[in-house]
Amino acid sequence: MLLNQFLLLAAALFCIGVYGVLARRNAVLVLMSVELILNAVNINFVAFGAFNRTVAGEVFGLFVIAVAAAEVGVGLAMVLLLYRNRKSIDLTEVDLMKG
Amino acid sequence: MNALLLANETAASAGWMLRNAWIIPFIPAMSFLLILLIGKRTPGKGHWIGIAAVSAAFVLSAIAGVQWIQHVNDAHHASGSEEQALSVGGGTLAAKTESPTAGAAPAEGESAAAEEEHVAVAPVRNSVTWYENEGTNVKVGTLVDGLSVMMLVVVTLISLLVHIYSTDYVHGDRRYTHYFAFLSLFTASMLTLVIAENTLMLLCAWELVGVCSFALIGHWWEEQPNSDAALKAFLTNRVGDMGLIIGVTILYFAAGKSFDIVKINEMANSGEIRQFLLLVASCCLIAAVASKSGQFILHTWLPDAMAGPTPVSALIHAATMVVAGVFMVARLYSVFFHGLTIPGSSINLLALVGAVTLIGGALLAFVQNDIKKVLAYSTISQLGYMVMALGVGAWTAAVFHLFTHAFFKACLFLGAGSVSHACHHSFDMKAEMGGLRKIMPRTFWTFVIATGALIGIFPLAGFWSKDEILAGTGGWPDTHGTGTYYAMLIMGMLGAALTAAYMTRVIYLTFFGQYRGHSHPHENGPRITIPLIILAVFAVGAGFLNLPPGVFGAGDAHHPTGWQERFGHYVEPVGKYFPDVVHATPSYLLAIVSSAIGLAGVAAAYAYYRKVETRSRAEGRKLTELPDGITTRSKPAKAFHTLLVNKYYLDHLYNNVIVAGIKGPIARAAYWFNQHGIDASVNAVGKGSVIGGKFLYTYFDQKVVDGAVNASGTLSSGVGEELRHIQTGKVQQYALLLFGGTTVLAGIFLILLTT
Repeated sequence: MLLNQFLLLAAALFCIGVYGVLARRNAVLVLMSVELILNAVNINFVAFGAFNRTVAGEVFGLFVIAVAAAEVGVGLAMVLLLYRNRKSIDLTEVDLMKG
Repeated sequence: MNALLLANETAASAGWMLRNAWIIPFIPAMSFLLILLIGKRTPGKGHWIGIAAVSAAFVLSAIAGVQWIQHVNDAHHASGSEEQALSVGGGTLAAKTESPTAGAAPAEGESAAAEEEHVAVAPVRNSVTWYENEGTNVKVGTLVDGLSVMMLVVVTLISLLVHIYSTDYVHGDRRYTHYFAFLSLFTASMLTLVIAENTLMLLCAWELVGVCSFALIGHWWEEQPNSDAALKAFLTNRVGDMGLIIGVTILYFAAGKSFDIVKINEMANSGEIRQFLLLVASCCLIAAVASKSGQFILHTWLPDAMAGPTPVSALIHAATMVVAGVFMVARLYSVFFHGLTIPGSSINLLALVGAVTLIGGALLAFVQNDIKKVLAYSTISQLGYMVMALGVGAWTAAVFHLFTHAFFKACLFLGAGSVSHACHHSFDMKAEMGGLRKIMPRTFWTFVIATGALIGIFPLAGFWSKDEILAGTGGWPDTHGTGTYYAMLIMGMLGAALTAAYMTRVIYLTFFGQYRGHSHPHENGPRITIPLIILAVFAVGAGFLNLPPGVFGAGDAHHPTGWQERFGHYVEPVGKYFPDVVHATPSYLLAIVSSAIGLAGVAAAYAYYRKVETRSRAEGRKLTELPDGITTRSKPAKAFHTLLVNKYYLDHLYNNVIVAGIKGPIARAAYWFNQHGIDASVNAVGKGSVIGGKFLYTYFDQKVVDGAVNASGTLSSGVGEELRHIQTGKVQQYALLLFGGTTVLAGIFLILLTT
């Protein structure tokens, strides 16, 4: 069974996603990185589902995809508003909550 | 007992208005609040609200009256069909036979008729629990029977007329709205009083009418005498109220912890309460009657209460509130009946108080120059009549006199107000009046009719009620009263003569002779004269509601027909909560003698004033300016006059002996004890507290409590200052911390799992 390979792929994707979220300054790219994290999880779900011969993993994967679509919709709307107000989507410039 | 059961069943199906009588006082109570809140902004400054509310209450009371008559008739019909059962099982009811002679050898038909007359009519009761404590259930509710219904109608009718009269009489007054608000509150309280279901409610309403009386006597409180009069009325009433509170408390425990009026009466009738307890309770309650209904020796507030506006005097201090005492005795009649052993006696405290008041009040009326004060003493004297009648066991006569008196005395007071309204608001008959007969014909004629009713001239209202009282004393041969009260009969007749004489004096001084004042009197407008005319009509007609049996129709002493004894039939309670009073047999001779005595009083007074008038004319002086008279010629007369002018020195006794005595040594002793006993200990406690407080402040409050509070404040502020730097506002730093934290936690988790 090729479970290990899938898990390694998912781990790599996850790490790339986490790096993107933490290091990129462009808000759109941060959103895309979040997608990477979510898809890494999806791969895990599907892989474990196939490994255990159950559809539960695939069902969870579908749910995650649906929620991710909604999340991206909201996230892009926020980015759009951010751009309208600030003429920039650089996340390091958004620090109104500084203590 | 079948009839009783049936009567109870009809009580359940009694008229809607009888079951929901609480609405009647509720309407004026709401009007009181409305007038206070928005009265000033409404057209008429509040009097329309008052008049509308009282009119509504009057209409509802009239409906209640009709329904009560129906209720009594229903009870009689029900018993008619069960006549057989009644004569078998209704032994206790039938025990109330008409008179001792009927009991000697009654014919078969006569005894059946007597039973038919005494079908128990259950009072209509409706109550809810107010509060409950250790099995003591205190209720609020209504007890509606003939007496209540009669009072409802009288109070609302006179209140309505007084409202209308007042719109003219106190027109433009500085507290016009306030005046109508209190009239409404008074009406509501009085209506509550008459339908009270238990003695506690009675007590509350009793105090409420007292408060309204206080507020209305002192309506023009800017002048010191008015304010004093209000205080005097209130304080004198407090003295009697103590009697009421003690009496109610005694009855509460005597009746097995119950305030229920019906239950107290039933237990008093059945002998479940010891006679001694009833006697003590009656004596306490008599004190309450003496204060509220102006009986000797607590009557002194009533003449002073004339300081209030005249319509108030007519409503409160003549027709309604002052009869509250009489009403209370009539309500708790079984207590007095058995407590004072009224049947078969020839003297008791209640009758004696009434009779003394009757004579004492009438004598005082002779020396007053203020027309309202004469009427006030007349009211005291007439209330004495009622109390005396209750004292001798003539219940129906007393209540009937209350009923007729309300109309003619209200008419007299409003008439006096009308005269004063025309004469510069003065009430002095000698200085400001005289000869008003031609100028104010409507006031004159109504006044004369009401006076005729008061004196008891055939066939005006007072004739019938006064005659019934005199017959009820049982002192006259063959009247067969509840007892035989010879002294009361004689005093009653003497009172009738005195009443006739002093009322003639009032009419002569006010309406005859020459005008002695300095203004230009004129007849008043319709809002004043129409109530007078309506009341005068009642003063003529009210007496026909209770014709003695055998007068104006067939029927003899035991079979009244037509209008005979209708009032007694519908108003007098029949049932276990009312004692077995005996109805006196009326006597033609007695009626003729008492009328003759009254007319003699009129003639004597008239002849006296005629003589004074001719003499004063001959000497070219005014009627009241003659230098000598009986009092200058005869020493005993002079002494008696002085006694009367000083009102038997009762005010002197109260102010200079009792009050001064209390103010003097007792007050000084109390002051000394207060200063040296109570104050010293209070001061010591105070000083101790100050020292203790200072110690606590310096060592505990300042150091411990404040220290802890400050420390916690400093700590939070320091921690906050340090933690502030973490808050950068950059989302990605937060995310880094999040991921870092999660990684650390995951590492710990991993180590824990593997080891």
